[in-house]
Amino acid sequence: MSNLLKKEYSEVSYISGPLLFLENAPDLAYNAIVRIKDAKGRERGGQVIDVSDKITMLQLFEEPSGLDLSTTTVNLVEDVARLGVSKDMIGRRFNGIGEPIDSLPAVVAEKRLPIGGAPINPVAREMPEEFIQTGISTIDTLLTLVRGQKLPIFSGAGLPANEVAAQIARQAKVIGEDTEFAVVFAAMGVTQRELTYFTQEFERTGALARSVLFLNKANDPAVERLLTPRMALTAAEYLAFEHGYHVLVILTDMTNYAEALREIGGAREEIPGRRGYPGYMYTDLASLYERAGVVEGLPGSVTQIPILTMPDDDVTHPIPDLTGYITEGQVYLERSLHTQGIYPPINPGPSLSRLMNNGIGKGKTREDHKGISDQLQAAYANGLDLRRLVAITGEDALSANDRLYLSFADDFEKYFINQGNADRGIDESLDTAWAILSKLPKSELTRLSRDQIDKYYGAKMDELWGSR
Amino acid sequence: MAIEGKIQRISGPAVIADGMFGARMYDIVRVGKEDLIGEIIRLDGQTAFVQVYEDTSGLTVGEPIISTGLPLSVEMGPGMLNGIFDGIQRPLDKIKIQSGTFIERGIVVNSLSREQKWQFTPSVSVGDKVTGGQILGTVPEFAFTHKILVPPDKSGTIKTIAAAGDYTVEEVIATFEDGTELQMYHPWPVRQARPTKEKLDPVTPFLTGMRILDVLFPLAMGGTAAIPGPFGAGKTVTQQSIAKFGNAEIVIYVGCGERGNEMTEVLTEFPEMVDPQTGNPLMNRTVLIANTSNMPVAAREASIYTGITLAEYFRDQGYAVSVMADSTSRWAEALREIASRLEEMPAEEGYPPYLSSRLAAFYERGGRVTTLADETGAVSIIGAVSPAGGDFSEPVTQATLRITGCFWALDAGLARRRHFPSINWDKSYSLFNSILDPWYSGNVAPDYVDLRNEAVNILQKEAELQEVVQLVGPDALQDQERLIIEVGRVLRQDFLQQNGFDPVDASCSLKKAYGMLQMMLKMNNSATEFIEAGGTVDELLANPVMEKINRSRYVPEDEFEAYKNDVLAELDKAFVVAA
Repeated sequence: MSNLLKKEYSEVSYISGPLLFLENAPDLAYNAIVRIKDAKGRERGGQVIDVSDKITMLQLFEEPSGLDLSTTTVNLVEDVARLGVSKDMIGRRFNGIGEPIDSLPAVVAEKRLPIGGAPINPVAREMPEEFIQTGISTIDTLLTLVRGQKLPIFSGAGLPANEVAAQIARQAKVIGEDTEFAVVFAAMGVTQRELTYFTQEFERTGALARSVLFLNKANDPAVERLLTPRMALTAAEYLAFEHGYHVLVILTDMTNYAEALREIGGAREEIPGRRGYPGYMYTDLASLYERAGVVEGLPGSVTQIPILTMPDDDVTHPIPDLTGYITEGQVYLERSLHTQGIYPPINPGPSLSRLMNNGIGKGKTREDHKGISDQLQAAYANGLDLRRLVAITGEDALSANDRLYLSFADDFEKYFINQGNADRGIDESLDTAWAILSKLPKSELTRLSRDQIDKYYGAKMDELWGSR
Repeated sequence: MAIEGKIQRISGPAVIADGMFGARMYDIVRVGKEDLIGEIIRLDGQTAFVQVYEDTSGLTVGEPIISTGLPLSVEMGPGMLNGIFDGIQRPLDKIKIQSGTFIERGIVVNSLSREQKWQFTPSVSVGDKVTGGQILGTVPEFAFTHKILVPPDKSGTIKTIAAAGDYTVEEVIATFEDGTELQMYHPWPVRQARPTKEKLDPVTPFLTGMRILDVLFPLAMGGTAAIPGPFGAGKTVTQQSIAKFGNAEIVIYVGCGERGNEMTEVLTEFPEMVDPQTGNPLMNRTVLIANTSNMPVAAREASIYTGITLAEYFRDQGYAVSVMADSTSRWAEALREIASRLEEMPAEEGYPPYLSSRLAAFYERGGRVTTLADETGAVSIIGAVSPAGGDFSEPVTQATLRITGCFWALDAGLARRRHFPSINWDKSYSLFNSILDPWYSGNVAPDYVDLRNEAVNILQKEAELQEVVQLVGPDALQDQERLIIEVGRVLRQDFLQQNGFDPVDASCSLKKAYGMLQMMLKMNNSATEFIEAGGTVDELLANPVMEKINRSRYVPEDEFEAYKNDVLAELDKAFVVAA
């Protein structure tokens, strides 16, 4: 190894986009990290992505401009891509490949971990079941997030996904517990505007002090984007499983990540799958998303909130589609709610939290949680159906009961979904739900038990409607 | 004779080795200094193309690659039930002991424990002539009688047979006159179907405990079914429910490229749940094959073969086995990824042209058979399909539909309305209906088939009327038509829907399903007369008997008969037009 590190390879035979072919370098290992130097001595990072006895294919982490075939040299840096990790990373900012960008000295690494991450043995996993209160009623009540879950936000261009993510990062807590909580934030291909928003938001709310930021900007090399989430997750796993932190990982924007994946796949002349994205995109995304969880015998946890932008709000596009198949649900932002000025514009219909039932109910949240959630979903779906019907036939065709559902849907959007930046506790969220449901007759509340109706029906009515 | 070559090229899970002349297709090789496991998938002169079942990072050109001379095989013997294995049958709990929370590379563990002793009782005697697949003896494994089989490719005359007692799987329990030694386990190559005497036609249903499936779209014992659906429509929930309540004696659950937390869910829930047939923990009749989405793709490709081979082994002991494959689309993607690394010519959407023949070969390993030991066994396969974008026209869904006998179409729209199980009754079908009708008539009730057809009819009419309502509003309907809508609603909400979280409603017997249909359809008949005689739909809905019908799905099985008879009697006089 030590000899290999000094060895210099110079038989570069082909450069195209982010790819560089090197001849007679068969001793470079598959996935090894290399340093590529041009005539002026400028260095760029790279990785071995295909190796044979004749040609070694390297992928550059930076722009190839300035490289030529005659003077470029290549050195081995490491057998695989690694990140130096330490508890001192908390409160720091790094670029997409893990170098500090906050003008502070480099972190003294306690360990250097491979960023690829080994898969968690399913036997070693524990069932995620601890309720995380995000303070957002729609999420807490209808799409409950639990520790160790991966719950993406499906957004569209111009929708406030970043605001929702920042709000979650700010408000997230586990009730009645005082454990160490950290946020690892990975930005991939984000604009300066978004970056400023997040940095200011993190500074303003004091979240920065408990955060690790990995920032790959829109004008940084696309290839770097492939490393950024892996860097972030390696740091997250280290903090969670070695230091007992409960880590919330926010990955934004996965659409930029997938675009980078396609760009590299194209440069490698791979056979494309759907819409030009590589056939292995499912596996590649899974290698990120599956790095969430709670494991047996270790104190911490990794919870993921990836954010993605659905191109043209199309949920069947490969990026949201493959993500939805891997993650444990999705929080779906709805354009029509947003245009009405409702914030956060979360549409509960197409949203889902697969692990919700593990984290709610008596002893965790409240005994009426499941019933309330089902009842709200069913009533809102009914209300929306009736809205469509009214658009065709007019309100006269409706029965008195149907009209109640119509006004339920309005109230639900206005008072329940549209909470703004308030931080609502779970009790407050559930009580608000009761206040809105209590405008329906008791006999319509088929998903709630009689005991629950006796106990809560009419709750908070005055507070919500009294002023009207 | 071990053939040793050298690595010439590495590209992801695909490795090309030189100097491999003489190696055989599909033989297992050990790759590199870390002894990674791989399989030969193409031979070209001196070179062999190998798919590696572990992460290939860090491999270099020139490292050794050694053929074991054996195809990818699994070990068949006691010790699999209640177990969880990866895609190539390595026990994940043993891997955890060796490598901790994360799965490291190059781990070598035996599939079956070499230490555990099993209580063997012989059922052959010295001098008996036995052939492949015959039963040498039995071993109790939990409440299950594990039959020890002669390997299908061996036969001879028994020279010695072990006395009843405790043995490990490696100890010799029998020898043939020709010196062949037999142990309690034998290896079998996963890509080769285990032989049977005869394939039989399906005659009995595979009951899932889900009314919509058992009544409307039944699967035959030994049949195959596909569950396609977009994400969030409930594929995994449906699969897990069938694994819990289906009337198979052994369940092989293959988590192929799916979520790690789902495997944990099965591992947490199944040991606590009781098998309705035997009263034992469900896990004791279950084998889990878990190759989650972030585990190596090549092992994912192998995992469904590992699963089906284990199923065939239990079938050969004369049991009814079900295989849950979740999801076959991830398997197809693994196939695509490897084909693309080998630079094969792609067909539709980048999948290799042999996708449909591979899928067909897999599903055809299901079926009801006469085993080599003249017993009847069956393997029923239920495969989840995850169509990209929920588009059923994509190649994996279409290739699967051409093979399987049942199509259970999941519908995201229903899931959104919290209608569970969200199986679309309009799009789904079963090719087994006519084959199974005689069984239903004979074993449930003579008028069962008529009642079912009547229910289907009402659902169809209701769907048509709903379209009218969407256009012109409910006011435009006659009372008779409104009645159809209301009866249709009862069928949809209280018959087709099932609450998986309710201890009673989570599973339903055929007898109860039939009783519910009896009530609902008798209500339809009485109500029709009532409306004709001048009654109104609102009066009908206000009648207390309606709520009893609505609630019938929550009535426990042992109280159901009495409940049903009460309701049926009440229906005789419930609807009377006020004078």
